Amino acid sequence: MSGIEFGQIGVIAGKEFRDRLRNRWVLAVATVFTIFALVIAYFGAAQQGAVGWRNIDVTIASLVSLVIYLVPLIALILGYDAIVAERERGSLDLLLSMPITRFEILLGKFTGLAGALGVATIAGFGLAGLLLFYQLGSAALFHYGGFVLSAFLLSLCFLSLAVMVSVLAEDRMRASGIAIALWFFYVLVYDLLLLGLLVVSEGKLNLNFFPVLLMLNPTDIFRILNIFGFEDVQRLYGLATVFPETLANPWLLGSAMVFWIIAPLGVATWRFK
Amino acid sequence: MTDKLIEIRGVKKRYGAVDAVNGVDLTIGAGELFGLIGHNGAGKTTLFKMMLGLLPASAGEIRIGGQAVRGAAFREVRRSIGYLPESLALYDNLSGLETLHFFARLKGVARNTCPALLERVGLAGAAGLRVRNYSKGMRQRLGFAQALLGSPRLLFLDEPTNGLDPQGILEFYRILAELRQGGVTIVLTSHILAEIQQRVDRLALMRDGRIQALGTVQSLRQAQDLPLALRVSFRPGDEGILHKVLATLGLGPVETLDGVARFHCSRQKKMALLAALTAAGPSIRDIDVHEPSLEDVFLGYAEQTP
Repeated sequence: MSGIEFGQIGVIAGKEFRDRLRNRWVLAVATVFTIFALVIAYFGAAQQGAVGWRNIDVTIASLVSLVIYLVPLIALILGYDAIVAERERGSLDLLLSMPITRFEILLGKFTGLAGALGVATIAGFGLAGLLLFYQLGSAALFHYGGFVLSAFLLSLCFLSLAVMVSVLAEDRMRASGIAIALWFFYVLVYDLLLLGLLVVSEGKLNLNFFPVLLMLNPTDIFRILNIFGFEDVQRLYGLATVFPETLANPWLLGSAMVFWIIAPLGVATWRFK
Repeated sequence: MTDKLIEIRGVKKRYGAVDAVNGVDLTIGAGELFGLIGHNGAGKTTLFKMMLGLLPASAGEIRIGGQAVRGAAFREVRRSIGYLPESLALYDNLSGLETLHFFARLKGVARNTCPALLERVGLAGAAGLRVRNYSKGMRQRLGFAQALLGSPRLLFLDEPTNGLDPQGILEFYRILAELRQGGVTIVLTSHILAEIQQRVDRLALMRDGRIQALGTVQSLRQAQDLPLALRVSFRPGDEGILHKVLATLGLGPVETLDGVARFHCSRQKKMALLAALTAAGPSIRDIDVHEPSLEDVFLGYAEQTP
């Protein structure tokens, strides 16, 4: 079909976004983010025997762990049935009979869900950010803003993967299984595999190759993006020692995350034909 | 037939080793009310979906309004097409009016036309009700309203009276008649052949992915040469006279109950039979002649070896 009609993307995106507002998904996720962010910011250093509002670097380091677990899961849950549910329910045929292309449907779904994720992330962490601003000052807010932005980018990476799954899977059940498997792999298993690789190779592995392997996981990119700016925090992470500082450029890492948003969407577009 | 609106040439659809549609050639004229009938799995819905460009054909070509259905310019043609799918699935979380608004925006139709459409299909009172609370019949009406968005010039209706009550079915066909008068081309499928036999201009009977028969209901009847069904009322005690007439013409068997005889007669013997019955005078009180129904025609074709 001829060129992209952005109005059609907007119609689909608007519906997806309004659906999430209406069923209170955005409110629920924003509340979860706010509560977790405040609890972690206040109690994050309890293991070191201290509680209370401390410096922003350590607060963000604590929040990074939360985001790495929670945000990919929420994004995958949000998007895994975007297309497959329409197909299974039978509404996809009706949608495709309209003057809209498959690509526009896909992009509309992604955009609407991304909007819902964006509002939930910014509102959820934003409320906590306001309190941090009050407690820690404006410099802290700048760092915190970067953290929130990268958390949003991370959510988009996993939303893109989820939308890809929703196109590839034959039914919702399989889509949910694949989505959970992806979460396990990227959040729990991948880093263990890398560490295992280092141990098994007994130090013979070329460490120059290691950053590339880290780039293959959006959660690692997010982690590096958020820890490299802070010397205090770098010490908390063993992986920081194997990542060359030259590659820790925020723009480079941000671009890698953008790649992780575009690539799965590209595969989804290709397969949705 | 008027101008060709839909042209289907040598279309095939293959799923693995199965030919769901196997070499269909068909032309449907502008303003026609065209029926597509066939048993389950005959290929009707697959052909429907290919006509809408929802499925690519494995071979052949389909053009609507001169445009290839999967071609670049078909987006504009879609704006003038309405579609009611067989398994209608709407969004439960939207109200009836919101559903129409959503599809109206996709079709580029003014949203202020939606309340009138809901009124037309008898859903004005349920406009604000969530679709999850709609009955099956109400969903079907809403689906029909959706298909009518933007005053389409071509309507594809797949089992459109599914779930409608008798009143709803009558109302549906009344609207269809209005649309037809307005020059809208309508392609519909239905398993309820009695509903469509008086209404379609032409129909195609599909079997095993092919068109087995194509024409008006009358031409298909004649091609099948199915016998006419007769119901003759006779005066009490004169049954013997009737049997004598029928025996003379070689007709039978005859079922007789309460002064009424039911039997079949070939089209060729109809006039001779009527003349003989008329000649029998006051012994014969009434004669009803019934053409074979579309269902009879359908069953007749179904018994033929493919």
